[in-house]
Amino acid sequence: MIEIFQTLDYEPFILSFKLASLTTLILFIISLPLSWYLSQTNSKAKPFIEALTALPIVLPPSVLGFYILVALSQNSPLGAFFQDVFGVSLVFSFTGLVVASCFYSLPFMVQPLQGGFESISKNMIEASYISGKSTLVTILRVALPNMKPALLTALIVTFAHTVGEFGVVLMVGGSIPGETKVASVAIYEMVEIMDYSMAHIYSAIMIVMSFSVLLSVYTFNKYHNKRFGL
Amino acid sequence: MIDIQVSKELHGSHSDMNLDIDLQIQEGSLIALTGQSGSGKTTLLRILAGLEKTDGSIKVGEDVWQGESFTKATQKRHIGFVFQDYALFENMSVLQNLLFVTKDKDLAFKLLEMTDLTQLQDRMPNTLSGGQKQRVSLCRAMMNRPKLLLLDEPLSALDVEMRNRLQREILALHKEFKTTTILVSHDPSEIYKLADRVIVLSQGKIIKDGSVKEILRQTQGSQKFSFRGEILDIVKADIVYIAVVSIAQQIVEVVLDEEEIKEFTVGDEVQVGTKAFAPSISLV
Repeated sequence: MIEIFQTLDYEPFILSFKLASLTTLILFIISLPLSWYLSQTNSKAKPFIEALTALPIVLPPSVLGFYILVALSQNSPLGAFFQDVFGVSLVFSFTGLVVASCFYSLPFMVQPLQGGFESISKNMIEASYISGKSTLVTILRVALPNMKPALLTALIVTFAHTVGEFGVVLMVGGSIPGETKVASVAIYEMVEIMDYSMAHIYSAIMIVMSFSVLLSVYTFNKYHNKRFGL
Repeated sequence: MIDIQVSKELHGSHSDMNLDIDLQIQEGSLIALTGQSGSGKTTLLRILAGLEKTDGSIKVGEDVWQGESFTKATQKRHIGFVFQDYALFENMSVLQNLLFVTKDKDLAFKLLEMTDLTQLQDRMPNTLSGGQKQRVSLCRAMMNRPKLLLLDEPLSALDVEMRNRLQREILALHKEFKTTTILVSHDPSEIYKLADRVIVLSQGKIIKDGSVKEILRQTQGSQKFSFRGEILDIVKADIVYIAVVSIAQQIVEVVLDEEEIKEFTVGDEVQVGTKAFAPSISLV
């Protein structure tokens, strides 16, 4: 049993976690201003932006993957720009996977953050402005610390969702070992070549890890709500 | 001198109205703002705080807060604002709430001392009572060394005892810092104790403006007493009628004859006064 774990190729898992960490970090930075704006605005544009950010939840990954593939290919302005300026190809590369994952997991970051911001008392936010603090200081020191469950949910669910993605990754990244062959793709390939024992082991690892992550989120939220008498 | 000339269209729950305020305030004074709910009191405070957009001008001394095409950001106005629901930063201790505004420890300790909160400085807001929270909120507002202190019904959620205590503390802080203050209040005794001028708003306009005694006194001519109340019931007793009137949570009975009774119906708001007798007063 131990031998199996010693000889196991962990690269797909490491790649999955690297991808998920980067995606979570980038999405957190992008989503902070976006979800703050959505939580504070009464603009007519709000439903459109909300619908647009929620699209990845309802679209089949193949639709999303197809458009991202088209948008990132070297024939598109964006793909050409990256190719000319940075010399990187966005399709079938790790960088492309990160870009695709950011689109795919956007709602999982934006929605909990927006809900968290909306739950903060308006007076508390205004009290911070009145105390002379900028919006950024207000978000970082007043809003975020008072919505820890929402913040944790946003970070963990985004991370977990990126680890769990498959369709978009396969379409945009393919299956290049060490570059784009993440855990979910690796399992798919094992099943395809009928290496069921390895597929079992990989899948079991995924289930255990995902369950532990989710369990820790819900445990934290329960403890946190209890402390604040919710 | 604080010079306020603002107007704003308000879309209220009952009907739309125009808030139209022309008001000059002596620096260092404490003004009470009163009037029925929906008359625009809170909106006026929010305009002064820069939290609502408006047309017009606001000048504080030489400092322009609101001009023709210029609005000074809330952050730069140096105001203090006390909300009815305290609005403390729940993630910070009492002392941290104060120091968040400015890192002036001497001022923070002085304020905590004045409001008897020194013992509670490390407590988190959700472990405090309503009165304690409101004292913290008051201290936090003073940390800004405000040019204008805005109190939006700060004591209405508290019981009588805590109210009296906070009234004394507001007065002590006002004497110490001489901060120009606008207090929204419905409580005549609170207004009498704290304010030196009363403004009454109705439908977005100032309908009364004067000294506390002028505005709050209800008697006319030689009346000794005069109270506002609501007729709860009118009952016939032999040849006369008795109107049961509720005044400030007490019930009084007033005798009416058959002619007078025609003027009143149950539910009317009335003024009950007396001239004939010298009022007597005794402890309860």
